Amino acid sequence: MSDFLAGLLVAVLPLLGIGFWLGRRTAHPEAPGELGTPVEHATFQTLHTASLAAPPLRAGLTEETARKSARRLRSLLGTDALCLTDDRRVLVWDGVGAHHRAEVLERLAGPLETGRGEAFRLDCDTPDCPVRWAVVAPLTVDDRVHGALVACAPRESAVLVRAAGEVARWVSVQLELADLDDSRTRLIEAEIKALRAQISPHFIFNSLAVIASFVRTDPERARELLLEFADFTRYSFRRHGDFTTLADELHAIDHYLALVRARFGDRLSVTLQIAPEVLPVALPFLCLQPLVENAVKHGLEGKTDKCHIQITAQDAGAEALVVIEDDGAGMDPALLRRILAGEVSPSGGIGLSNVDDRLRQVYGDDHGLVIETAPGAGMKITARLPKYQPGVHTAGRIDRP
Amino acid sequence: MNPSYAVPAVALVVVATVLVGAFGLRISRTTSDFYVASRTVGPRLNAAAISGEYLSAASFLGIAGLVLVQGPDMLWYPVGYTAGYLVLLLFVAAPLRRSGAYTLPDFAEARLASQAVRRLAGAFVVGVGWLYLLPQLQGAGLTLSVLTGAPDWLGGVIVAAVVTATVAAGGMRSITFVQAFQYWLKLTALLVPALFLIAAWQADGAPRHAFEEPAGFREQRIVRVDDRVDLKLGRPLTVTVDGTVDGRPHDGTRLTLPPGTHRIERGTELTFDRGTPVPAADRAPGGALAPSRAESREERPLYATYGLILATFLGTMGLPHVVVRFYTSPHGVAARRTTVAVLALIGAFYLLPPVYGALGRLYAPELTLSGDADAAVLLLPGRMLGGTGGDLLGALIAGGAFAAFLSTASGLTMAVAGVLTQDVLPSRGVRHFRLGTVIAMAVPLAASALVGGLPVADAVGLAFAVSASSFCPLLVLGIWWRRLTPPGAAAGMLVGGGTAFAAVAATMAGFPGTGAAHALLAWPALWSVPLGFLTMILVSLATPGRVPAGTAAILARFHLPEELRTEVRTEVTTP
Repeated sequence: MSDFLAGLLVAVLPLLGIGFWLGRRTAHPEAPGELGTPVEHATFQTLHTASLAAPPLRAGLTEETARKSARRLRSLLGTDALCLTDDRRVLVWDGVGAHHRAEVLERLAGPLETGRGEAFRLDCDTPDCPVRWAVVAPLTVDDRVHGALVACAPRESAVLVRAAGEVARWVSVQLELADLDDSRTRLIEAEIKALRAQISPHFIFNSLAVIASFVRTDPERARELLLEFADFTRYSFRRHGDFTTLADELHAIDHYLALVRARFGDRLSVTLQIAPEVLPVALPFLCLQPLVENAVKHGLEGKTDKCHIQITAQDAGAEALVVIEDDGAGMDPALLRRILAGEVSPSGGIGLSNVDDRLRQVYGDDHGLVIETAPGAGMKITARLPKYQPGVHTAGRIDRP
Repeated sequence: MNPSYAVPAVALVVVATVLVGAFGLRISRTTSDFYVASRTVGPRLNAAAISGEYLSAASFLGIAGLVLVQGPDMLWYPVGYTAGYLVLLLFVAAPLRRSGAYTLPDFAEARLASQAVRRLAGAFVVGVGWLYLLPQLQGAGLTLSVLTGAPDWLGGVIVAAVVTATVAAGGMRSITFVQAFQYWLKLTALLVPALFLIAAWQADGAPRHAFEEPAGFREQRIVRVDDRVDLKLGRPLTVTVDGTVDGRPHDGTRLTLPPGTHRIERGTELTFDRGTPVPAADRAPGGALAPSRAESREERPLYATYGLILATFLGTMGLPHVVVRFYTSPHGVAARRTTVAVLALIGAFYLLPPVYGALGRLYAPELTLSGDADAAVLLLPGRMLGGTGGDLLGALIAGGAFAAFLSTASGLTMAVAGVLTQDVLPSRGVRHFRLGTVIAMAVPLAASALVGGLPVADAVGLAFAVSASSFCPLLVLGIWWRRLTPPGAAAGMLVGGGTAFAAVAATMAGFPGTGAAHALLAWPALWSVPLGFLTMILVSLATPGRVPAGTAAILARFHLPEELRTEVRTEVTTP
């Protein structure tokens, strides 16, 4: 018997867990019964329905989003049928009387042209057709008609005309917000594209000067350095894909450091500790090299003795932890905060703030750079890179030379 | 078994695991040479790591125990455990790697772009992980109690504590090296004693009747019955009894039991004469053990065997701790090569447990009665060789067994904790990963205290059945069928995996005890896997409008070798 009970318990526990999880996901924030008067209750209901209909529309007006929001909008208006269209076709028909689709679409031409609402009677051969009358309210974004909201009812109703107009205006606002989201994404994408083509002009100048200094004294070395330079620039001017692998990024850093070492000689030493598990992790193109460049700059700045840079990549469950540490001059945290906030422009090169922006854009706000520093105490930069993120994948394979 | 050798061996394995996990990376990878530092994990190293993570208590102890009790039919277990990788190699390995997914929920999201399916897959990862952790903890308890006489729960608690502590503290940083180390440790721990045992068997005149006849006692032996059992006798049995048989107390009386069923109470000592065949034993209801699936296997051997084959062949691809290891391969081709190497390594390993099972039938047949058949591997060296040599080899095996518990348990805990942290617990962060680790381990630990002992390999078989019914349809259809839709995937996983899970729960609860229904529930894969596939296909066909946008590009990315990928414009979406 105790076996049976024990087994039952084991069987029931996961079910309880799933039930709890489902409950948490579907729970309403507040039960309507807790509200006061019927008017307050009705207000709350209306606002709640409106807030449920909003999120799908924030992704723009498509068949998918229209389908998700139409049911909510219909209960908001309290009509028998509700239809959302774009400027050419019916996206969704929610409720009864779907055989009027074609007719409604025909009658839409006028309102879509003028951008003014209209109400009309529906012709129907079916004797007991539940909808006899429709009101059209256009959806406009920036004075351009994107589509229309059509509400159908059994008989004419002035209230419905007003209500449909209000709801259409509310939907238009959501669509405007969607437009805004869109342009913000486009802006950031453009920013990323602008950033990634940009390697520091100082670096190009310095590298060429160093190579020039070796051309007479050590032509073989100069040739090697030129090849490193070619490899690095080929990587940074690469056109396909926005993402690369950690292994490839490390190779680019290697080419970069070879050129820097030619300039500074023994003053610069680098140690690496890379967990092989995280080498295939995909990450935004050229987002670690600027950190190393920054470490080199801070490490050698205002110092005549040696500088040590440590690069660590650790496996941490579903994330890779990359740490870049130097023992150089460090920085005042307050100044750093202002640089990251974009208030002060850094003194050249791809700044930390750009890398930070890109990481936040790709992985979300909780994946920005973590920087620990103080004047004279070096700087430690930590980046957390998820092993998997939707939409982040590399274009090519890791090629071994 | 002499604990003074075994306990240090177990302690040594635990300490070595923790040390390699914490410092392996630091020693081997601190360099200033980029080409050394960014050398990716080669197929052979990764294959050893996958094998190390995969070979669990079920492989190390369970298979030998089952072969001992039930004979050569049980060889399907090692065959199935190995062949699962063949299916993985043919249908899943390279596309899964190219999908860029780290875990199974990642794959669901990458393929279907649906948070709901992702969460459902996460729930199944947790379920399968817990089902799989359970026998690991039980195996550890059994091993420790056989070695030292400690209570049954102690070994499980030790493994749970060590794994939780190292995983939560982030001590498994160089997990590839740890797991590869564990594979070679496990192989050595079985291979070396096996060679000695085979030599001893040769010296004994190489008796060959292990499988042909029912197992029999080769010398007079006293068997102590620890839990109440029912003996089923086909012929009269002459035995000396000190204890209670059929409700009547005896004190060293010599009895001849007539054919039929006899109940032996716990604590009874039976003395069998040389040459007596070992009687078949059933766990009596009300004992501490849940009814094994063995009974239905005897009643419907063909059905049970096919159920086992289907579960193990198709279940391997859905094991959460195996899937995450493929991420370490740098590209799809390397993932395939890794799988081939895994087949070789695991195939080599699985030659050994049946050897122990066969020798156990010859030299320790009474284990079928005392209910500790899973301990056969641990007891054989002492039985056959004796002396210090036997003790040392026994200690080696005990160390290997603990390596098996630790490696599989830590891999599973990391996978389950990862899903709990990412998809279930409210917000992300290191502290939540620790909380996730504790939860991931606490639930199976509590369950192992509650449900008692299903044979270890049987319990693992149930985890395979759930995995085969939920993840196999998702992976195979997700990779090879472009009309799969999120509602279809969700329905298929719920119906296939859900019914398999319900059947597993019913079996563990001991319901119903016998008959065709019991066989159906004890070996669910044969009906639940087709059910899962069918549901997924039908619901997908019924919702053609929900095929995710960009499916063609996604499938192209899964199947095209990485070199060609630049030609394909893949859609990049940022959230």
